[in-house]
Amino acid sequence: MTAQLAVSSGKSRRLRLMRSKPKPYMHPYLAGILLGLVLFAAFFFTGNGLGASGGVNRIVVFFEDLLAPQHVDRTAYLLEMAGGSENALDSWIVFITIGTMIGGFLSGWINGRLRLETNRGPNVSVRVRWMMAFLGGTIMAYGARLARGCTSGQALTGGATLSAGSWVVMFAIFGGGYALAYSLRKFWN
Amino acid sequence: MPPFPLPLTDLLGHWGAYWVYLLIGIGFGAVLELAGFGNSRKLAAQFYFTEQTVLKVMFSAIVVAMSLIFLTSALGLLEFNLVWVNPTYLWPGIVGGLIMGVGFIVGGFCPGTSLVAATTLKVDGIFFALGTFFGVFAFGETVAFFEPFFYSSSYGRVTLMDVFGVPAGVVVVLVVLMALFMFWGAEQLERIFGKRDLKREPRWRYAAATGLAALALATAFIGQPTTEERTARMAPEIDRQLAERQVQIEPAELLSLIHNDRLNLIMFDVRSESDYNLFHLLDAEHIELPNIPTTLARLRMEPANTVVVVMSNTEIASTQAWAILTAESVPNVYILGGGLNTWIGTFAGADFAADHSRPRRPAMTGWHIASPPHSATATRWPTRILRISISPSSRKSLSARGAGPPVEAAEARPQAARRCVSICSCPKGGQRSSLVDV
Repeated sequence: MTAQLAVSSGKSRRLRLMRSKPKPYMHPYLAGILLGLVLFAAFFFTGNGLGASGGVNRIVVFFEDLLAPQHVDRTAYLLEMAGGSENALDSWIVFITIGTMIGGFLSGWINGRLRLETNRGPNVSVRVRWMMAFLGGTIMAYGARLARGCTSGQALTGGATLSAGSWVVMFAIFGGGYALAYSLRKFWN
Repeated sequence: MPPFPLPLTDLLGHWGAYWVYLLIGIGFGAVLELAGFGNSRKLAAQFYFTEQTVLKVMFSAIVVAMSLIFLTSALGLLEFNLVWVNPTYLWPGIVGGLIMGVGFIVGGFCPGTSLVAATTLKVDGIFFALGTFFGVFAFGETVAFFEPFFYSSSYGRVTLMDVFGVPAGVVVVLVVLMALFMFWGAEQLERIFGKRDLKREPRWRYAAATGLAALALATAFIGQPTTEERTARMAPEIDRQLAERQVQIEPAELLSLIHNDRLNLIMFDVRSESDYNLFHLLDAEHIELPNIPTTLARLRMEPANTVVVVMSNTEIASTQAWAILTAESVPNVYILGGGLNTWIGTFAGADFAADHSRPRRPAMTGWHIASPPHSATATRWPTRILRISISPSSRKSLSARGAGPPVEAAEARPQAARRCVSICSCPKGGQRSSLVDV
């Protein structure tokens, strides 16, 4: 509450952003319950769940369609989203994705966690961390499209509606992560 | 019908509905940030047992949402049939999931959390987000090389209830118990590997666990509504629609639906198998009344432009089928008014009627009415009736098997349809013909 009051006056907000220590993160269970309520609200009011990679996908396809519409029309997978006069952005998932960015930004701002930094293990240089982040993002997104959803679109969303396939995907994600974690222990610890 | 989920597009318009999704997205992003998911070290710690935040947040979210979804469904507030359930593609899911796990530990984020990290200026999050843009681009460009795999092992809308054959409430209770056990295990791991003092953890988490268990037990106790209960709940609405004849369509309307390429028309013929083999509309599927519920899972996966028409000889059996589908919230279901008898009366010539009224013909012969295309000027469509004989070879296999004429006749259908296209050289005006049986 105090943070919100501080935000409302311009000058003190700036001071607060720079000087104040970031507020601690919410307790995991409380955050989980809140996330569950958001997820339930999504299903209850719209019938759809949450997602991230689907929205990112459509944003990418939108730009592909701007640059190479014939190519999009010839590729079956892209055609579904942006073939002919279809607008790749004309989908609810895109708005969830835009909202996620806005919401993350607002929460980071209010809680004093908007700071330019690179989180990395103590034994890794910033450059290596950036390269690994880009590589990890590429791998993750490729797997997410293959599995038809990421941790949000499959594990969370399908987990809550008890979709059999989503539970399989969820365990596969944790399985893949734990399988490789040991070889990357120097990278993170 | 339960009031939720809301028909957002009807209420707010096509683009207006997206505002709701934007708000939900804002809530989603804010909670991810509050949980600390903008911080890759916090996320990666999950895999080194020092901090189990990812597991705790994800599973509490799943069990809270799940319990509320199935509780509101049990109470008749939420129509679970209209809730999107991720379709199951088993092997692409497993392989994709394993790849995602690798990406997670290499990059330290998942796509959603990287967006939050990027907007809170975490540079590693920005690089990860750029990587996801490149990854989805790469997938779109390469999926054509392994398309058969991408669409393989498809099971449609399958839930854990279907897999284990138990009611939803039981699965909800079991998942909640499993989650509580995992939370206990996660805290033990944090105590051992993360040197965390569990005495400093808040005591309200016990109350929350108890509340969650109570919610799950209530869901199991009430139980999900059966088709009969749904029908009873909707009885006034069902009776009104039937009495006002809002859902019975004329044969000519059905003909126009058959030729509407913008619609995905599904026709269910609920008569007996022998009636169906003697005569049916081209592309109508034979499903007997007791088997109608088995079509529900499939119908829920159909696109939004789907129209279902059920038909029987009169309206009696088809009305029962319509009531089941409508009670289960399948959208756009209609009855062929007057049944196939009226269709024949409208479209068939005298020779068909004469032929049809004779004692049952040998089962070697199948009948198809080839529907003519639209014609703006014609007030009444001319009808062509094609009589298709089964080739001598299949006739032989019929007699060899002895008792199976209906099955054989049904199998001969695609061939019959192909021949039909070649026989009637109807002027199609370039439009895709419904006669082309794919």
